[in-house]
Amino acid sequence: MSVMIECRDLVRTYVMGDQVVRALDGVSADIGAGEYIAVTGASGSGKSTFMNLLGALDRPSEGSLRVAGENLSALDPDRLAEFRNRTIGFVFQQFNLLARTPAVENAALPLLYSGIVPAERRRRALARLEQVGLADRTGHHPSQLSGGQQQRVAIARALVNDPKILLADEPTGALDSQTSEDIMAIFDRLNREGITIILVTHEQEVADHARRQLVFRDGRIVEDRP
Amino acid sequence: MNSLASLRVALVALRVNALRSALAMLGVIIGVASVIVLVSISEGTKQAVEEQIASFGANLLIIRPGSSMFGGRRGGAGTADPLTDGDVGAIRNEIAGLAGVSGEVSTMSTVVFGGVNWSTRIQGVNPDYFAARGWTVADGRAFSGAEEQSGRRYALVGQSIVEELFDGADPLGQAIRIAGHPFEVIGTLERKGETSWGQDQDDVIFAPLNTIRQRFGAGISVTQRDAVQTVYADIAPGESTGRVIADIENLLRIRRDIPPGAEDDFVVGSLAEFIRARNETESQLGLLLAVGAGIVLLVGGIGIMNIMLVSVTERTREIGLRLAVGARRRDIRNQFLIESIVLCLVGGLAGLVAGVAGTLVYAEVGQLEIVIDPVIVAIAIGASGLVGIFFGLYPAHRASRLDPIEALRFE
Repeated sequence: MSVMIECRDLVRTYVMGDQVVRALDGVSADIGAGEYIAVTGASGSGKSTFMNLLGALDRPSEGSLRVAGENLSALDPDRLAEFRNRTIGFVFQQFNLLARTPAVENAALPLLYSGIVPAERRRRALARLEQVGLADRTGHHPSQLSGGQQQRVAIARALVNDPKILLADEPTGALDSQTSEDIMAIFDRLNREGITIILVTHEQEVADHARRQLVFRDGRIVEDRP
Repeated sequence: MNSLASLRVALVALRVNALRSALAMLGVIIGVASVIVLVSISEGTKQAVEEQIASFGANLLIIRPGSSMFGGRRGGAGTADPLTDGDVGAIRNEIAGLAGVSGEVSTMSTVVFGGVNWSTRIQGVNPDYFAARGWTVADGRAFSGAEEQSGRRYALVGQSIVEELFDGADPLGQAIRIAGHPFEVIGTLERKGETSWGQDQDDVIFAPLNTIRQRFGAGISVTQRDAVQTVYADIAPGESTGRVIADIENLLRIRRDIPPGAEDDFVVGSLAEFIRARNETESQLGLLLAVGAGIVLLVGGIGIMNIMLVSVTERTREIGLRLAVGARRRDIRNQFLIESIVLCLVGGLAGLVAGVAGTLVYAEVGQLEIVIDPVIVAIAIGASGLVGIFFGLYPAHRASRLDPIEALRFE
């Protein structure tokens, strides 16, 4: 199994007033391609900071971080944006769909920034919506979709650029338990198809879907169990 | 993201908040509309004045006798000794920079052709007169200097005379009687229309100066055989009006034996200068109004900036999302910049429509001349686009500098 993510002594500090907060305090981990990982921990444990770093939304203060062969510490904001566009798919707790915008355009959003022509954008977005079971809802606006459907549009959006890694931050946090199961079933299937999935959650049932759990406390990984 | 996609996103965003967008545009709409109305009216006035000047004679000097002086009693305008053929000749021969010089005597008389009569203005002039006053011969010919001197009874008639006396028939070669004297019509003149004060300039007959003076001497109160009522001097293009006036004044002071220090007993005037001077204050007023309109546009721009800042704040999560899925900073900046430009351009177009409509209404109601200059229209639209760029740049820059994590977390 090749290495997809390689963290070495990651430190992320924030300055809050006159205090320096070490949100991440020396995290080292390797994550292989195709792994299915749940990141858990109390709030303030550093798990969100860790995800932001993996997702190239943020850069470490110290340590080295290689994702999909790229040294993220060395990239400027625009290169990070291009990296996110090509390599990472994000799924958020609050879906973050554009209101008054049809599902197909929401799903196609990342392609807007990768220089793909409109017809091709649409074709790929439709294919992904079909993959998450929304072939009959492509023209619906978010307000016309249920929470589970909205999250599926968001997953289609995350997949539309064929990312190597899917990062999901509390993807079921805003959904009821049955819908959560449906969403998790999609993640399970996507992982079986080979995509690396890392999800942040505080729900044990969700974490149980993963094959490996990283437990954070006080900015460190205190448990790494299969 | 290419600019076409940005344009679509911008249009959607503006449509979503249609009322707010319209209100934000209001300043730009009013600014552009007022620029167009004010400039169109000001240009129209200017053109009307220029037409008036051109129909009068573009660079014409009018020389008349001034007030006589008996002891301390002044006689009033025109009471001094009249100007003469000698003065006309001297001005023509000795003053540099003149295209033409003509004397004029004028009277009202009844004209008869066949069974029709008509009372009109009769003007005795030198041949230079036609060019100097901007008259063009439509049919036939003007008389020569020799014909003028020898007192030939030739007449050139204005278009109103053609209509009133000849009922539209060809007057060339016809004999008419002016105060009982037979004249031959040798030419007709192009139509000039009304003056700005409503006088029909085409209701006139021209004849050689000498002829009129011989036949109508008493009627026109010209007591001297060589006197004229008015002298017109046409300044050649590019010559200095001030210098020519000074030269004529010096020449006439010598010819009329006016001692140094004494007042002139004649007047050299320039109607064009007078009209232009009056118009100068009008165009300065126009400039002031245009500056006011520019300020409205500026205030409109501030309104745009305000609404763009609100829009950026409102859509912080959207910006965060776009950054997360791969938008670069310049993509975000361009998106908001294009939105601001579109907002201003749509406002500019609405202002253009309102401005043109307002101008047309003004022209219709006020019976005034207007000129809608495409250049001004282009400038007004261009200016609203620039307002969009200028006042959109800061909000767009602010949007592009948002931190994706912070922006995604924004409530």
